[in-house]
Amino acid sequence: MAALTTAIARTFKKNAPIKPHSASRHNAAPLTLINPDSEKPATIGLDYMTYEQLDEFGRELDTVRQRVLDDLGQKDADYIRRVIRLHKGAEVLGRIGVFMPFFWPAFVAGIVLLAVAKILDNMEIGHNVMHGQYDWMNDPMIDGARYEWDNIAPAQDWKHGHNYIHHTYTNIHGMDRDIGYNMFRIDEDQPWYATHRFNLPLAFILMLVFEWGIMYHGVELDQYLHGKITKEDFEGRKKRAFRKIRKQVFKDYIAWPVLGLALVPFVGWWAPLAILGANIAANVIRNVWTFLIIFCGHFPAEVQTFAEEDAQNENRGQWYVRQLLGSANISGHAPFHVMTGNLSYQIEHHLFPDIPARRYPEVAEDVKLLVQKYGLQYNTGRLSKQLGSVIRQLAKLGHKPSDPYKIGNSPESKALRRAKREETARRLQESRAPQLTS
Amino acid sequence: MGIIRKALASKPIASLTSPFTVDHYLEQIHPMLAAENVRARVLEVRRETGAASTVVMRPNGAWKGFLPGQHVQFGVEVNGKRRVRVFSVSSSKAAKKGTFSVSVKAHPDGYVSQFLHQELEPGTIVYLSQAEGEFVLPREVPASLLLVSGGSGITPVMSMLRTLRDTRHTGQVTFLHYARSREDEMFTSELDEIAATTGFRVVRVYTRQPEPAAELAGRFHIDHLKHLGVDPVSTLTFACGPAGLIAGVRDTYAELDARDQLRMEYFKVPSVDLDAADATGMLSFDDSKMEAFNSGATILEQAETAGLKPEFGCRMGVCNTCAIKKNSGAVRHVVSGEVSASTDETIKICVQVPIGDVNVAL
Repeated sequence: MAALTTAIARTFKKNAPIKPHSASRHNAAPLTLINPDSEKPATIGLDYMTYEQLDEFGRELDTVRQRVLDDLGQKDADYIRRVIRLHKGAEVLGRIGVFMPFFWPAFVAGIVLLAVAKILDNMEIGHNVMHGQYDWMNDPMIDGARYEWDNIAPAQDWKHGHNYIHHTYTNIHGMDRDIGYNMFRIDEDQPWYATHRFNLPLAFILMLVFEWGIMYHGVELDQYLHGKITKEDFEGRKKRAFRKIRKQVFKDYIAWPVLGLALVPFVGWWAPLAILGANIAANVIRNVWTFLIIFCGHFPAEVQTFAEEDAQNENRGQWYVRQLLGSANISGHAPFHVMTGNLSYQIEHHLFPDIPARRYPEVAEDVKLLVQKYGLQYNTGRLSKQLGSVIRQLAKLGHKPSDPYKIGNSPESKALRRAKREETARRLQESRAPQLTS
Repeated sequence: MGIIRKALASKPIASLTSPFTVDHYLEQIHPMLAAENVRARVLEVRRETGAASTVVMRPNGAWKGFLPGQHVQFGVEVNGKRRVRVFSVSSSKAAKKGTFSVSVKAHPDGYVSQFLHQELEPGTIVYLSQAEGEFVLPREVPASLLLVSGGSGITPVMSMLRTLRDTRHTGQVTFLHYARSREDEMFTSELDEIAATTGFRVVRVYTRQPEPAAELAGRFHIDHLKHLGVDPVSTLTFACGPAGLIAGVRDTYAELDARDQLRMEYFKVPSVDLDAADATGMLSFDDSKMEAFNSGATILEQAETAGLKPEFGCRMGVCNTCAIKKNSGAVRHVVSGEVSASTDETIKICVQVPIGDVNVAL
């Protein structure tokens, strides 16, 4: 049957010509960032360069990206497989180590190895593989669409929130849900609410249970309550989250400790509890580490955020500028970069989220040259410096601002929001009116 | 080993290794070690003709065996990239235990078949699927059987023929094969041997360079069957070959009202015209069993036009939400203009335009 239909297809081949760019809006703004009422180009980056220069900047970065893509090959495949081998090795040794609670050095080493394994899986492997960085290898075990990580957050919902929302609408207020994770006031332009007084203690608690925070963030309860996602969508997210929680909790906090019962005759009644404790400790260490790296990637003081109006109708170059100004790097040595999943090259990661992360140090050189050429900002510093900046931000922005427009619940802000709502409603009515009269 | 493998692939073990499978750990010890992932080591690469080779392999314990006529997905890694192609098993089911072979004609544009013919070395580990396909001999082979093949379509039929020979099948088997010439034919000497076995009748038709004393000539025709004394209505028939041959056989059987006796498998070389000014070919959505004329838009847009609702995010090639498997065909990246034509690779459909026939897992 297929052969027949193809024969028909050949006789009637009258189709639109392939135009290199016509088929995608790649060079325009992503769909939802198009301003329906105005063709006015976005204003992002105009402080640094002209609109033509922005176009050129976009092309230059596209060239860098393509150069790396053309060069991908055996060494990149070998690298990720080496990291995977390291991960599996560390995990197996770690699990063996925590089964030796009678010999404390092995026990402690076990906890550390297990934590290292989880960090490697979440950062250099999971995060990067799920960005599709290694899809070109065509190996089903390293496939972005199929990979599931050793983390409470289910891959599917994390990918939606992270790869799509956060990486497309990076640092745009009201669009990027990762600005302060709906919990913290980390940017001047976020409205202040009373809960932000607890910015620092809340951040400390989130740090300890970070994987649960990521999972909860991906369930999008707030989006559902605001009517931004359907009930069906929300229920699906909840279901996937519970399924993943069941699996992860069963593995780390039930199955492995129960296996520890075998040790009871030799060690004592507390052996399963020691294993349970070790697994909790490893998960917490991973939580703390990933929290620190991720908070330092976007929340230091110099990082810029954007208003939706400024980003509407942006071109490729402006999209790149937004990514560049919206991220911060952490400097360090090679093993440090591996443990951060090369997210210490947060800027390069945001410019090129889908090229293998081991290439970020290499493209950073090109990025720095362009930054110099156009006089842009390149935010980088040691972990301690970036972390200090994040902590100061959290502390400072937790205080009630004197400007009433910066307070979410002030009468002034409420009036402003109401005015905005009415304006949208009025426009909607206006656009419908001619149809009604005709 | 069977029990150990079963235990390793069991649910309790999976819950301890979750979210990974036990194979994620086993492959770190040795690439052939796996509970479920089929791998094989290449033992020998044998030249059949100037353009065709047979690859003899020893699969790992995850391999569940094959039925004569089935095919496997065959993956090789070159420069970090796994290339997958579907090849028919050509060996006898009764052959030496623990090995089997596929035979492949190198297609001029076929990366994997070329690689296999030119560069594949013994000792290489290849990535396989389990054997697949419904084009198989029935459990009880009837007393009279007709096998028809054309060109490299001989491979699955050869597996049937060899199996029937090795299991000392007692019925009458007629094998009718069409090749361009004797040089172009695979398994020539073995076919000569089988032709001399009682119960087997092997007739080859060389369409381009017919042999002077040949019984038959030209393309498949009902007269060929009449000459061989085969009655399509009462003879179970297996036919494999290029679409043209299959169409001929199918029409003949349809005319004689003998379609229920016919089992077919054909291969189609998708049209890839990299320089085409117009968008050509068909875009096939494999999972939803739909086809559409290629309009030249991105695969995502064409899928939406066809009424499908593929997942998508940024629509600019950043977020990877829309990444799916492309089963076959060539696509062009709308930004870089890069063309990729590998089989079974993952693509972001929001920035890829089909070139010629493309089949995607949507």
